Amino acid sequence: MDMEFSPEDLAFQQEVRQFIAENYPAELRGKQDEGEELSKEDFLAWHKILHKKGWIAPAWPVEYGGTGWTPTQRFIWSEETARADCIRLMPFGLAMVGPVIYSFGTPEQKAHFLPRILSGEDWWCQGYSEPGSGSDLASLRTTAVRANDSGGDDYIVNGQKTWTTLAQHADWGFFLVRTDKDAKQQEGISFLLIDMKSPGITVRPIITLGGEHEVNEVWLEDVRVPVSQRVYEENKGWTCAKFLLAHERTGIAGVAASKRGIEKVKDIARTELDGDKPLIANAFFKRKLAELEVDLTALEFTELRSLAGANAGKGPGPESSLLKIKGSEIQQRLTELTLEAVGHYGAPYFRGFGEGDNEHPIGPDYAHRAAPTYFNMRKTTIYGGSNEIQRNIIAKMVLGL
Amino acid sequence: MDFTYTETQDMIRDTLARFLSDTYDFETRQKFINGDGGRDPAIWTALAQELGMLGAPFAEEHGGLGGGALENAIVMEELGKVIGIEPYLPTVVIAGGALKAVGGAQADAMIPEIIAGNAIVAFAYAEPQGRYDLANLRTTAKKDGAGYLLNGHKGVVYAAPWATHLLVTARTGGGQRDKDGVSLFLIDANLPGIVRRDYPTVDGSRASEIYFENVAIPGDALLGGEGAGLPLVEQIVDEATVAVCAEATGVMQKLHEGTLEYTQQRKQFGVPIAKFQVLQHRMVDMFMEVEQARSMTIMGTLKLGLPANERMAAVSAAKNKVARGANFVGQNAIQTHGGIGITQELAIGHYFKRATMIESQFGSADFHMDRYERITLAD
Repeated sequence: MDMEFSPEDLAFQQEVRQFIAENYPAELRGKQDEGEELSKEDFLAWHKILHKKGWIAPAWPVEYGGTGWTPTQRFIWSEETARADCIRLMPFGLAMVGPVIYSFGTPEQKAHFLPRILSGEDWWCQGYSEPGSGSDLASLRTTAVRANDSGGDDYIVNGQKTWTTLAQHADWGFFLVRTDKDAKQQEGISFLLIDMKSPGITVRPIITLGGEHEVNEVWLEDVRVPVSQRVYEENKGWTCAKFLLAHERTGIAGVAASKRGIEKVKDIARTELDGDKPLIANAFFKRKLAELEVDLTALEFTELRSLAGANAGKGPGPESSLLKIKGSEIQQRLTELTLEAVGHYGAPYFRGFGEGDNEHPIGPDYAHRAAPTYFNMRKTTIYGGSNEIQRNIIAKMVLGL
Repeated sequence: MDFTYTETQDMIRDTLARFLSDTYDFETRQKFINGDGGRDPAIWTALAQELGMLGAPFAEEHGGLGGGALENAIVMEELGKVIGIEPYLPTVVIAGGALKAVGGAQADAMIPEIIAGNAIVAFAYAEPQGRYDLANLRTTAKKDGAGYLLNGHKGVVYAAPWATHLLVTARTGGGQRDKDGVSLFLIDANLPGIVRRDYPTVDGSRASEIYFENVAIPGDALLGGEGAGLPLVEQIVDEATVAVCAEATGVMQKLHEGTLEYTQQRKQFGVPIAKFQVLQHRMVDMFMEVEQARSMTIMGTLKLGLPANERMAAVSAAKNKVARGANFVGQNAIQTHGGIGITQELAIGHYFKRATMIESQFGSADFHMDRYERITLAD
């Protein structure tokens, strides 16, 4: 057992660092530093650079456009991109529907959709949750009924989805719909790919506590979807859904991003004053920061152990719930410490840089998103299967209770 | 020992609660906090003139209801229940408290104006470098003939965009963090040389950065002794601190009630989620925090009249406990609601935002634990 990177890994690390240093868009960096709201084009700028380099989908099998990296190299990649504060790539295509399509899709679906996911040509959104189906996802009510007029080659979809992240930008959505009302809940669900420009789709914004427009309601009224856009068998969509949820959980630990987050809090605490000393000298604050760092180390090594398992060919198991629970709690504590660090300047509400609004925000730059981020990040213990559901999974699948 | 409220106190609570339930429903609140001025001035006028509520802690000879800190706590708790943004805290509790403490002609002139709803006072005490230390001041007031020249920058002054007057802490002597040399001034908010930058706050109020640029203020703006104002400032901030503890109690009660209600309506897996034991225990823990916040608010309020050290220890104990409770209750209210708790649409998220800002108002849990330790556990 050892925890050293091999010489090859170290060389790879250098290559990655150099690539980021030379290719990360300066304009994007500036917007991130200023806390500006990012446009669709901003999100895609880095995506397109990575696509050109062939590094856009490290987790994918090589035959579909993956990099062929080892899990350790992928770990290095995520560490380095977080360390350099690179923008997060949108997971809906790359980490979610992409793996579902290459694992369960038809040759035609693979040939059509996968290259467009890699290039960033299609922006995807996820149509899972419904107003009445959150933790109890399998109770979903959106229906897809075979249309009679077209000889059964279309579904007619009706229902409402919610919490659909960045659906306002989406070209395509992957939806869980009920195709058999009489079957047991999980057995009557199908997995559909739906063109978001289809007639009958309405996307309505949901504004969250920090003032962000990040999530949406998606209404589907008699939306016609060709049967050829169903992934896997009819009524077997739950298999795809479960596969995808496990995928969603593995990335969710967010170790690398939290490491970067701790460095940011330290920087703030070195700048903020507490009497005649920097805040980082305050015993209470220092203790909380240190505890957070210790907990993050515990998470990191738990993830590394799970990664070593993946190196040895084991897929992500129910222990990924542990990574999700601890990772999300750490992300939240980071935002809490940031808000605490900025003191009075957590209170001014900065609406963001609107059109023609160049007024500088109130207080230090690192302060003006502190409270909205704290509010917004309460989502991390709720989304992707709430932490209560994750604990149920561990109780059932790991402890056998 | 008697923890019951007097008839007058019950009447204040009932009258105010009834008024607020008629005028301050969540949708109405959202409408005016997002409007141009950020408030509905008619509500303040009604509080003063129809309800007499702004006179709650003032003596009858000034036209008040003859109450004190307990009456302030009652009003603040009711305002907390509707996440009210009315400037009762800076105007009545803080400026009113300072005026009551100094008495004399200044009190005689100003208190009736507050009671009548004509005066709104913002408390300009915090500075960008000062965190929660009341004596850490760069703002200066230099003697200039019979008056003073005021210079400096005050940060995050809640209610300043609405204020007719400002209550300002400034140095008339001493170094930046000295206990001596702090003075308190009550000045007209529109004097030449006062520059404001107004903005909304994350918890639905309005505040300003205030810059004083050679502002000439009259000598009689000084409240208390020149350079000897810190004990007075500490006293009014302690009064304000228990007042926000009272507000927090109202906010937390609503967070808890809203969560109870939601979990009984919301069904998942075929049952109301309130049936899940893990959520039941969480809501029991929230309930216990609300009860203890109420207890600590009463404790702190009753001890406001003690000698400074005992008063400070009591207030810090209260604020520490309430801050931790507000954190726990707020976070768990959101978690238990799930995604819907994070939307602007539902009231619950707005209660959470106010609970969050109360946590650090007049000092975070850590700040107050530190002050408590220094007073009670000195070796």
